[in-house]
Amino acid sequence: MSQPLLEASDLNMRFGGLVAVDNVALRVHSDEIISIIGPNGAGKTTVFNCLTGFYKPTAGTIRFKGEDIAGLPGHKISRKGIVRTFQHVRLFKDMTVLENLLVAQHRHMNTSLLAGLFNTPGFRRSEAMALDKAMQWLERVNLLDMANRNAGNLAYGQQRRLEIARCMVTRPDLLMLDEPAAGLNPKETEELDNLICELRDHHKVSVLLIEHDMQLVMGISDRIYVINQGRPLASGTPESVQNHPDVIKAYLGET
Amino acid sequence: MKTRFFNAIAATFVLLLLTSMLLGLTLESNGTELVIQVAEGTRLSWIISGAVIVFLFQFFRNEISQGWQNTRSSMGNAVPTSISEKVKTTSQLSGLKTTALCFLVAGLMIWPFFASRGSVDLATLTLIYIMLGLGLNIVVGLAGLLDLGYVGFYAVGAYSYALLNMYFGIDFWTGLLAGGLLAAFFGFILGFPVLRLRGDYLAIVTLGFGEIIRILLNNLTDLTGGPNGISQIPKPDLFGLEFSRRAKEEGNVPFHEFFGIDYSSGYKVIFLYLVALLLVIATVFVINRLLRMPIGRAWEALREDDIACQSLGLNKTAVKLSAFTIGAAFAGFAGTFFAARQGFISPESFTFIESAIILAIVVLGGMGSQIGTVLAAIIMTLLPEFAREFNEYRMLMFGLMMVFMMGWRPQGLLPMKRPHIEVERKPQGVVSMQSDNLTTSGNQLVREV
Repeated sequence: MSQPLLEASDLNMRFGGLVAVDNVALRVHSDEIISIIGPNGAGKTTVFNCLTGFYKPTAGTIRFKGEDIAGLPGHKISRKGIVRTFQHVRLFKDMTVLENLLVAQHRHMNTSLLAGLFNTPGFRRSEAMALDKAMQWLERVNLLDMANRNAGNLAYGQQRRLEIARCMVTRPDLLMLDEPAAGLNPKETEELDNLICELRDHHKVSVLLIEHDMQLVMGISDRIYVINQGRPLASGTPESVQNHPDVIKAYLGET
Repeated sequence: MKTRFFNAIAATFVLLLLTSMLLGLTLESNGTELVIQVAEGTRLSWIISGAVIVFLFQFFRNEISQGWQNTRSSMGNAVPTSISEKVKTTSQLSGLKTTALCFLVAGLMIWPFFASRGSVDLATLTLIYIMLGLGLNIVVGLAGLLDLGYVGFYAVGAYSYALLNMYFGIDFWTGLLAGGLLAAFFGFILGFPVLRLRGDYLAIVTLGFGEIIRILLNNLTDLTGGPNGISQIPKPDLFGLEFSRRAKEEGNVPFHEFFGIDYSSGYKVIFLYLVALLLVIATVFVINRLLRMPIGRAWEALREDDIACQSLGLNKTAVKLSAFTIGAAFAGFAGTFFAARQGFISPESFTFIESAIILAIVVLGGMGSQIGTVLAAIIMTLLPEFAREFNEYRMLMFGLMMVFMMGWRPQGLLPMKRPHIEVERKPQGVVSMQSDNLTTSGNQLVREV
């Protein structure tokens, strides 16, 4: 296969004496959906934090499109095309749904102070384009009616959808979702399933997923990485992982 | 056609009403009494020609704007009309609001000519506080950075003008620019250590900064005159026309001589008021634009959730710095004006209580809300004046009022309103925007939901 989109190797993260991530390696290719699973406290979110620059990994390399990004600050990594969501919804609650999507497009917009103050045609064009993009995604995640509501007033499932839309308007290459299905009802989970597949198939986005909903994970993932106590346990297609003896042991305990 | 005609007539009528009072009548003293007389012919012809122009412009407004649009589109950089229409709702006020605003501004400009000197002076002070409140509102209300040393930037602005005038003799308008820029520079400098801190820690650092500035000014006696302050700071001039009885500088003509009217110290007060009003209008305009710009939205987003900001590619440092810098610049402008108005400044004027009052204005008005801030500034400056008879109980009342306010309306007098953007409803399943693969696959999923 060609050069992977994201490649992390020998990733280590230590907090004092605690080894949270121990020699984890993973690869994401273009147009793939990859899942990371593991019991609670296994270090999945820590891996996410290392990849997106919220932590500086103690050791290891992270390459994104062939470029070393380990230790870069979060906003720089995001600008290279990796965006993530969080375990807890992190919307701008007192801003409207539409404003949430406009903020996310900050770096694609005309941010010149003078152009904005004098409301030049170029500035208006940039605003209008951002608005168009936001509308497209609102329509896609079925939140168009909510556009002027405060994001904090949306129902939980809507907030989750808005969060994904907010990531997508930044035009990422890799979308990292941290437990996107947590707290969703079965119907909403199914919608999420469709949405994620669509992102891969139509928007040329790879998805890296942390999820506990096994039905969702096994259904959509191209490959799965299993992490247990910070260490990689297994990886491969959903079938091979499901039948892996170590995985069964980690999840169900020693029998 | 009919409405256009009436609109044009109405506009002309307003113009005639205003100009006939302001230009058409003159007061002349005849012995001991004042006589109102109709102005001479040239002025009347000016008024009439003005009325004709306004009438024609209003009547042919559509054609004129059409022509303007055409020239712009022929220049090739026109905004596609469908899109520009949509954005209009976000950035432009409705017609009624604009008219109301124009009348308000016109009223505020005419008011000092009829008001007493004392009230105009008090209004000028209120305008200074409005400007300070609006500036701090950027830092505290929008960006959510608690700044307790805002008065430091106010002092920087005031002393920049005073010192630059003392040593280099620059005039008010240059000083205004210099004061704003220097205060912005100080904001930028302070921004650096502040970036890593949040909440209480930030408040303490900024508090310290405000005090450092004041103590520095107090102790750099050689440069700033220390506690004695700086006096004889010149007032603003109008394109070189001074408002004093005699021109201070060689070759300058005082205002009253230039226009051939009698000297009155009232002109100076009114002029100061108008300058302050102009500054406040400019501030309101700029902040209003900032709110609708990416940077304004980024400030608010940072206040809401800085981690999410980072994950979306916003540089926290840059966003915070810009809020601090721009907020400080407005304090600098206000400070320069304050120095010019007072004619005398000393470190006494820039104590912590000033910071506290400005912060109280922002909190009282409602974080982030511009109208709220203006309202609160008016209350906070007028109330102590009206409550003078209560003497030392004044501050007690003031404190009690704050406590009750926070209990009664913790979100402030007028909480901030979000800009509302009209959403165009499209017929089901048709998306009129650029065709993306989103449209086809998107809609079938939308229907499933």
